[in-house]
Amino acid sequence: MKAKVHVTLKQGILDPQGKAIEHALDSLGFKNAANVRVGKYMELDVNETDKAKAEAQIRQMCEKLLANTIIEEYRYELV
Amino acid sequence: MKVGVLVFPGSNCDHDCQHVFGDVLGQSVEMIWHKETLLSGLDAIVIPGGFSYGDYLRTGAIARFSPVMGAVKEFASNGGLVLGICNGFQILLEAGLLPGAMLRNRSLHFVCKDVYVRVENAATPFTGSCTPGQVLKIPIAHAEGNYYTDPVTLAGLQANAQVIFRYCTPDGRVAAEANPNGSIDNIAGILNAEGNVLGMMPHPERCAEERLGNEDGRLVFMSMLDSLKKRPLKMVGTG
Repeated sequence: MKAKVHVTLKQGILDPQGKAIEHALDSLGFKNAANVRVGKYMELDVNETDKAKAEAQIRQMCEKLLANTIIEEYRYELV
Repeated sequence: MKVGVLVFPGSNCDHDCQHVFGDVLGQSVEMIWHKETLLSGLDAIVIPGGFSYGDYLRTGAIARFSPVMGAVKEFASNGGLVLGICNGFQILLEAGLLPGAMLRNRSLHFVCKDVYVRVENAATPFTGSCTPGQVLKIPIAHAEGNYYTDPVTLAGLQANAQVIFRYCTPDGRVAAEANPNGSIDNIAGILNAEGNVLGMMPHPERCAEERLGNEDGRLVFMSMLDSLKKRPLKMVGTG
């Protein structure tokens, strides 16, 4: 199974990169753009056919390494 | 005193630390490759600055799983002195030996310059040679030094006097304009609850000898030596 993992800073935590991009969008004339948040996207293959087991493993990977849950949150899809 | 300096792929302040403890302060120094799993006969461990594992994923995130970090945790839990400088601080945070996490600098810039920090607690093994409230001029060099922790943890750090260094003006005022990276509460360095693990973003090893024009950083290392001299038992580390 392929896992697609997204990691972003938690809401409420300042995202300086997001802010910089937001300002750039604004100066390009995209006045409707707001609340830009920058994150990471990771793709990986999980050698597992059982979806529940694969999910449990992905969650562990996120908690242990892929995200720092003090400042980040994660979500994932399995395909 | 025997100091172990950890070396990860991408460490780049390891030899500066070796130079200060060895050549400047005349102590014996052992360079410890990150694959080591046993640490013995050490009195203190320094986790130096640099870009361990290229800062991939997050600063310190990969280094914390290096084989040597298990031994460092054991050394720390036995009361051994551990000093993490810059990337070393980031590794200590990722390893859970200190609370909190590092965010990108508020300015998004890599900031490399002298800053001033105020010694908030001079009753620690890392600051015993300082006077309370003393202002030290020490350089920083980082892009991720914007310390963050949740309000409850922050209140705990403040209440237990675990905030050791705060960014300040040259005359010792802790002010927003003296904060180089957006760090919460102007925090530049914190201590663990047990008082034997310190993480700090400024680089004391870059200002510890007269010929460099600034010796303020030397106080951190002198404090460690003094504190170890006063200890009744030699730390034997692990293994």
